[in-house]
Amino acid sequence: MNFLHIIDQLSAVDSDALDRLDTRRSVFSSLTTVAKRTALASAPALIASYFSKAYAGTSAGDAKDVFAYALTLELLEEDFYKKMIASPYFSGAPTAAQGAINQIKKHETSHVALLQKVLDAIGGTKPTNITFKSATFATLTSFSAQLTIAQLLEDTGVRAYKGRAGDLLGLADVTVPNVGTINPLQSALQIHSVEARHAAHIRTMRMQSSWINGNGDLDGMDHYKGAIPESTTTQSGVNLIAANSITPNTTYTAKDAQASFDEILTATEVLALATPLIGA
Amino acid sequence: MSDTLRPTDSQSLQQGQPLLARIKRRSFFMYAGATAGATALALAGCSKDETTPSSSTSGNVSFGTGDASVLNYAYALEQLEAAFYAKVAALTTSPLQPAEVPYFAKMALHEAIHRDFLRTAINRDFSGNIIPDLTPKFDSIDFTKRVKAATDTKLGILDAAKAFEDLGVAAYNGAAKLFKSAVYLGIAGQIVSVEARHAAYVRDLITPGSFATNEGTDVLGFDRQMTPAAVLTVAQAFVEQTLNGSTIGQ
Repeated sequence: MNFLHIIDQLSAVDSDALDRLDTRRSVFSSLTTVAKRTALASAPALIASYFSKAYAGTSAGDAKDVFAYALTLELLEEDFYKKMIASPYFSGAPTAAQGAINQIKKHETSHVALLQKVLDAIGGTKPTNITFKSATFATLTSFSAQLTIAQLLEDTGVRAYKGRAGDLLGLADVTVPNVGTINPLQSALQIHSVEARHAAHIRTMRMQSSWINGNGDLDGMDHYKGAIPESTTTQSGVNLIAANSITPNTTYTAKDAQASFDEILTATEVLALATPLIGA
Repeated sequence: MSDTLRPTDSQSLQQGQPLLARIKRRSFFMYAGATAGATALALAGCSKDETTPSSSTSGNVSFGTGDASVLNYAYALEQLEAAFYAKVAALTTSPLQPAEVPYFAKMALHEAIHRDFLRTAINRDFSGNIIPDLTPKFDSIDFTKRVKAATDTKLGILDAAKAFEDLGVAAYNGAAKLFKSAVYLGIAGQIVSVEARHAAYVRDLITPGSFATNEGTDVLGFDRQMTPAAVLTVAQAFVEQTLNGSTIGQ
């Protein structure tokens, strides 16, 4: 299956397909490398699921789609932490660091379990066989190298949930067997903020600030860019850093302004980042 | 100023201590707000000296209705947080550890930006509907203490910061569904994860590894959510004016 060919086919029947999928021209330019194209082609089921996501984003409200998307990312995270804990580098890590990773892994397992139950309850399709690619994991030859990926996964997860919150706004409560009645948006946000806590802690384990201020060692990665990059300093049309813009006689710095607001990633952007990591 | 953090890897985690209470899942979604953090704030509020608000700061603050009310609610909480951190940042003698001081200064700026952004946005989109400046009441916080001792009746700075940040996260999580406009929901989502980052940082200072430790009736891996009524009951102890949030989101 050829990812780019699918896009061509979609474009043939829907001239707006590319615009909807590609809110960021660089997403597709970044997909032109052979490695990434191959990685995408190796995960056809996932890609197919993401196409509906791109379309769902244009009209509010397909909880099945958003929760399948969330579950995909949670499964990837859960498997990554499983691999971390099973790795030979884990036992050499400080006790506190091991404790933190064990705890975060338990949280991801809990997220997976809830999202699976919700998808069952609403008649959605549960993604399966979403694992962190072993060959890629094998290239992470130290605990600190693994933590680098953990930070990227968590910060990307925060952005991914944030990017889909609008799709859940206004959806009715759902009764989930063995769970209770949930509000889809609220439940997603209750995971979203925990992912932010995970991200903050892993960043401190890596001697980075808990928030994204542009000084981080990974801040130049695509995970912090996108159509709306983390470096954004204008929110809802309000310039946060112009002199006297939001406060008389006060000018905030760009780094403080960017750290004050986290930014979304679209499903398409997350796909470009996550898909190369998924595989056997 | 660079945000360089101290390592946490060297900090010890109390092994054998149950990190996470196993909770029945169903209780989580019925959870309405009796959290440890909220309780800490409420208790601290109860321990304060009863004072009569001065005439200049008394009054009933109504949040209005619709999206303006939810934004006003966020603006109220950000006012409180910003005032708290501004007071910490202004201390000539801080009980915080030297490495923590610049981080609290950063959090003070983040909260001030949230406050000032919200004021600007509300005035732009809902002219005439903004709540007034709140008068904070922090007499239940001992700004000479980093962390309260077991016998202290007042919160230390870290205790109060943790409580405010956790309360903020729960407030945004609980109020998001009240928005009509996805634009404002988006803004709330952008702010709440920064509050969660703050909360994790402060929690780790108090107890290393407690960045997302679940307490009480929380469910493993899920943050709290609280209704505006529950949040404002806690927040009221820190504001001179009377907060009336009964119409938030209506």
